[in-house]
Amino acid sequence: MSPSPKTASKPELDFGNAWEYAAAPEGTKVSIEPKYGLFVNGEFCAPRSKRYMDSINPATEEVLSKVAIANQADVDKAVAAAKAAFPKWKRLKPSERAKYLFRIARRIQERARELAVLETLDGGKPIKESRDVDIPEAAKHFFYHAGWADKLDYVFPGRKGTPIGVCAQIIPWNFPLLMAAWKIAPALACGNTVVLKPAETTSLTALRLAEIFQEVGLPPGVVNIVTGAGNTGAALAAHKDVKKLAFTGSTGVGKELARNLAGSGKRLTLELGGKSPNIIFEDASIDQAVDGVVQGIYFNQGHVCCAGSRLFVQEGVMDEVLARLKVRIESLRVGDPLDKNTDLGAINSIGQLATIKRYIEAGNSEGAQMFQSAAKLPKHGYWCKPTWFTDVQPSHTIAREEIFGPVLSVMSFRTPEEALMRANNTPYGLAAGVWTDKGSKIFEIASRLKAGVVWCNSYNRFDAASPFGGFKQSGFGREGGRQGLLSYLELKS
Amino acid sequence: MPNRTVDKVAVEARAASFKTRSIKKDSKRQGLLMVSSMIDLTTLEGKDSAAKVRALCQKAVQPDASLPHVSPVAAVCVYPRWVSLARELVADSGVKVASVATAFPSGQVDLETKLADVRAAVTAGADEIDMVIHRGAFLSGQLQVVADEIRAVKDACAAAHLKVILETGELETYDNVVRASELAIASGADFIKTSTGKVSPAATMPVTLVMLETIRSHFLATGQMIGMKPAGGISTAKDALHYLVMLKETLGDAWLTPEWFRFGASSLLNDVLLQLHRLESGQYAAHYDVTES
Repeated sequence: MSPSPKTASKPELDFGNAWEYAAAPEGTKVSIEPKYGLFVNGEFCAPRSKRYMDSINPATEEVLSKVAIANQADVDKAVAAAKAAFPKWKRLKPSERAKYLFRIARRIQERARELAVLETLDGGKPIKESRDVDIPEAAKHFFYHAGWADKLDYVFPGRKGTPIGVCAQIIPWNFPLLMAAWKIAPALACGNTVVLKPAETTSLTALRLAEIFQEVGLPPGVVNIVTGAGNTGAALAAHKDVKKLAFTGSTGVGKELARNLAGSGKRLTLELGGKSPNIIFEDASIDQAVDGVVQGIYFNQGHVCCAGSRLFVQEGVMDEVLARLKVRIESLRVGDPLDKNTDLGAINSIGQLATIKRYIEAGNSEGAQMFQSAAKLPKHGYWCKPTWFTDVQPSHTIAREEIFGPVLSVMSFRTPEEALMRANNTPYGLAAGVWTDKGSKIFEIASRLKAGVVWCNSYNRFDAASPFGGFKQSGFGREGGRQGLLSYLELKS
Repeated sequence: MPNRTVDKVAVEARAASFKTRSIKKDSKRQGLLMVSSMIDLTTLEGKDSAAKVRALCQKAVQPDASLPHVSPVAAVCVYPRWVSLARELVADSGVKVASVATAFPSGQVDLETKLADVRAAVTAGADEIDMVIHRGAFLSGQLQVVADEIRAVKDACAAAHLKVILETGELETYDNVVRASELAIASGADFIKTSTGKVSPAATMPVTLVMLETIRSHFLATGQMIGMKPAGGISTAKDALHYLVMLKETLGDAWLTPEWFRFGASSLLNDVLLQLHRLESGQYAAHYDVTES
């Protein structure tokens, strides 16, 4: 092939099927009951509501199981169990509480493959991610907080921490087991008891976690799990015996909960939406920056509250970045979430798919330029090709609102000040990414970004020891680390 | 525009991610056959003799008589003095004769001596010349000296293909690897190659990825394809399949041929053959079931 620098068409790489990977489905078989009740006072029980909802595999649209819908009476029963368990759990020697947490962590590790497959079946995420991220990270959170349980007197020197009481915890569908771990582990370590409500589309791994609680002999009532939809969550949040509410989910619901709880005396932490910026400076390591951007927006199909959904590229390297972005996105494999070589799985629900499509439509109609990978999508299930928009203006809907899907908005900037101004020009403030090989620039930009987490030359890295949470409408309170314990303790001086 | 740089942590993480691909069944068989067809079967030792070169060439032409579907390897790679013998032995099998030249592996002689080395190998019938760059000059900032040497060697190669060995183990940083790769490509390299195999570390996945990305940048800017040869340290079929995954997902289909990608290796071929035996028979062959060369 001869050099052809002056030809009109740009050289393109071909990511075809010269060497196709054979299907590599994860073979572990997982048994799923036809029907699941609620987990209250250490036992599974039929809901007083007598109502159930379907749990669907979003990759096939098949019904996996039926899950109970808890009504007010069910919530009352669960909160009562948590309240009854609290005095004894609170007084338990802290090192004994730690043992339970260690046991839970170990049992998650032992049942990791089963949990990973179940998470992928129920939520649509690639097995690669549930196997390598969700489940190991969930175990890590229990290990980490087991370590704190008997050291709480040293967390905030000079002050004594005491548990709050019954904690209501409402979690989202994007990392079902991991979010359950983020919520339950610190609450138990600090001596609280819990009523957890999983998201309506993804309850199955939380119910498996309940089995683990039984296996390790966690005292009845310390953790109760009530499944259901918005009404269940609202009943739980409003319950008079709930002393604290921790919610992770959309900003809309978060605001509603905050309004409802105002004046109730309940403590509240919110981890809400985001529209996080990734900023590539012209002195960045471009190939690695592009890898990071792809990881930042397409990880878990973009169902990530801290997804780097706004990409800001310095004008001088825009063409270079876009060319590499296209190449990298074309190499992503979309399809069967159980295949070990799948990079993007199914969209979690038909409702979320409709939301994503609506935003893609808005991007097109408002004048941005859309690109999608050439990936072939399966016939059944809920799917969205990796999508990116160029020519996005800061006022476009896709540059302002959280899409929660595999859709990237690319914008440009000329100077560091302009990058900062644009990056901070959002109602959200959950996370941000900075890409430059120049250390001094990292320190300056990172210190001036208004976001709870700033990643430098990396993205979407998590650690149980690192506090996670947002600025502005991305919420308040932190999860993980020493700061995360503050949400589950009353401090006395 | 600033020099292109590489983020060490990120490139190593990306390189490791290719190892999580699961290559089974037909794709494994196809991959193994591709690997064997891409091997530069190499002997580069002080003790090399005519008998050793004969054994190597026979193995190159017919890797395994009991696996007739395994095609000959891409090339044999020998010192210049063995080129004419190798040329005669591989004959019209399609196996190329590659020769290291330019005072391999250190390159610590003057340019005229290097060029004489190259001309001798080409005259003796080498199809491909594997040269080493002047690392001393590179590391002391004399990039023009390095570039001029590569150009002179390229001229001396005439019709022979030129592979430029960067000896990444001595360059140490990924930023240096990028700079040296760009320099080699701009100075006429047909292939860029990681290592001589005489310095540790030799080829690694991150170093190879950095070089593949440099080739990609050059292609996206100019449309010109450059070949890649990791050499040294790749001894198992599993490792080689990981390299192929990395190649496929970085440069795409066009590079998945011996024309554009080679493995410089001596023991890799036999591990590939053992794996192919297992795929054929369902049982693991013993080491003595494949021939040493």
